[in-house]
Amino acid sequence: MGIGGSDMYRQQILDHYKNPRNYGELEDATFTHVGENPMCGDEITMDVVLDDEEEVIERVAFRGDGCAISQASASMLTQKLQGMTVEELAELDRDDVVDMLGVDISPMRIKCAVLAEKVAQDGADIYFGEKDLDKSSTEADE
Amino acid sequence: MGHSESTLLDVERIREDFPILQREFDGQRLVYLDNGATSQTPEPVVECIADYYRTTNANVHRGLHQLSQEASIAYEEAHDRVAEFVGASGGREEIVFTKNTTESENLVAYAWGLNELGPEDEVVLTEMEHHASLVTWQQIAKRTGATCKYIRIEDDGTLDMDHARECITDDTQMVSAVHVSNTLGTINPVSELADIAHDHGAYMFVDGAQSVPTRPVDVEAIDADFLAFSGHKMMGPTGIGVLYGKKHILAEMEPYLYGGEMIKKVTYEDATWNDLPWKFEAGTPPICQGIALAEACDYLDDIGMDRVRRHENDLAQYALEQLEATGDVETYGPPAGTERGGLVAFNLESVHAHDLSSILNDSAVAIRAGDHCTQPLHDKLGVAASARASFYVYNTREEVDKLVAAIDDARQLFA
Repeated sequence: MGIGGSDMYRQQILDHYKNPRNYGELEDATFTHVGENPMCGDEITMDVVLDDEEEVIERVAFRGDGCAISQASASMLTQKLQGMTVEELAELDRDDVVDMLGVDISPMRIKCAVLAEKVAQDGADIYFGEKDLDKSSTEADE
Repeated sequence: MGHSESTLLDVERIREDFPILQREFDGQRLVYLDNGATSQTPEPVVECIADYYRTTNANVHRGLHQLSQEASIAYEEAHDRVAEFVGASGGREEIVFTKNTTESENLVAYAWGLNELGPEDEVVLTEMEHHASLVTWQQIAKRTGATCKYIRIEDDGTLDMDHARECITDDTQMVSAVHVSNTLGTINPVSELADIAHDHGAYMFVDGAQSVPTRPVDVEAIDADFLAFSGHKMMGPTGIGVLYGKKHILAEMEPYLYGGEMIKKVTYEDATWNDLPWKFEAGTPPICQGIALAEACDYLDDIGMDRVRRHENDLAQYALEQLEATGDVETYGPPAGTERGGLVAFNLESVHAHDLSSILNDSAVAIRAGDHCTQPLHDKLGVAASARASFYVYNTREEVDKLVAAIDDARQLFA
């Protein structure tokens, strides 16, 4: 089809859209983050549980609404992230997401595809950023 | 163009003026149903733009040379032509060329609103406002302490006019309403709203972005104090918008942007302002775009705006019927049988509007998907997004059939 329409909607994408994996909440989440893609009205919240050293991702869950691309991408990402290190999460880029989805994503839809990845990364950045701040402010207090 | 006296459009003839409609994607002819976002440009307007740059291009109101004189006269006369198109008897002094509808809204909000509004004052909007007016007045209200009120929408997509009469009070300074909703297709009774506004000493601002391109609009029949619209939705180029304002109001208003062109006398201490409308057109204006907009007005008047209106409604009614017959498509706005602007927003059950749009693209059907710059309205409708098909003079019922068939492809894919 070339101009990028239903090529994106391969069976795997539709399957993850209709039967999302790891959908829901994690009450013991180390951090939770929500993000939106205003163009589609997609919204995704991700809960991430880290190990005690806060280096490895143990469990991930997501919830949200939006287009099939954004929701399937979130579902697949929850599986991919389990067992990854926080550092590996930070290094993920859009090519990794496109590889994970296994289809060509048209340029106008790339924001849908990478929303979940951004939510997870931003959540980690904010969590560790605030921890650093807490540390430095505590140090300053001392 | 010599259209016959018939009430119908000669669509085939019109389509010849729009070569872009012949484009094919993977062997499928483009079905362009995103006219509410931007319309296509007919050959006479494209020619006008090319001709201007080939023969006349110069800055206006600056040079005494021949080219500058020609460009200046053509640019000034374009204001007169646009004034005539919307029934502004004051001519060019009542027509300010801006960048788009949004800038026209901002011009009044900044130049009038910031100076005139205070904590006791109210701005009354409708629940179906486009962000162009909603966000603008909301922010001006925050800065001035004024209050924004919203006239409710009934279940059938029309304005609750009893609620309008409650909302508009002696504290109301401005009523700003969209003439034709870009999401619901509702045609609002702006003349009645203007009467209510004026009874309370308020101004009436009409957002004509979807109405001026698609139906006869007469600012004096409406008794609008302001009217805003965009060139690119009415066969003109992008980069040109219009603010109509009653002359005596524009004359009292402070400038919006400062700089060259808008001044009369400048010293190191102070400056005085140019005559209308140049007082509001700081810097080098959109010269070619303004001249091309006047050409677009000619093109539309040759077709006849009442014919445009009927054609728009005919296609919208047909689309509504076809979409509703499917059983799993929800449409928004007034029900079939009520006249509306030439657009239908809808959702296919279980398929997100953006997925739908991507799949329709496979059949070369171009629609809009998203919140159409009416997020609060979508919240009220209980959906994050919708798909929207919007029509213009070159669209046909066969194209609506292609839309419906392409929706069926999406239905099968997601089944």
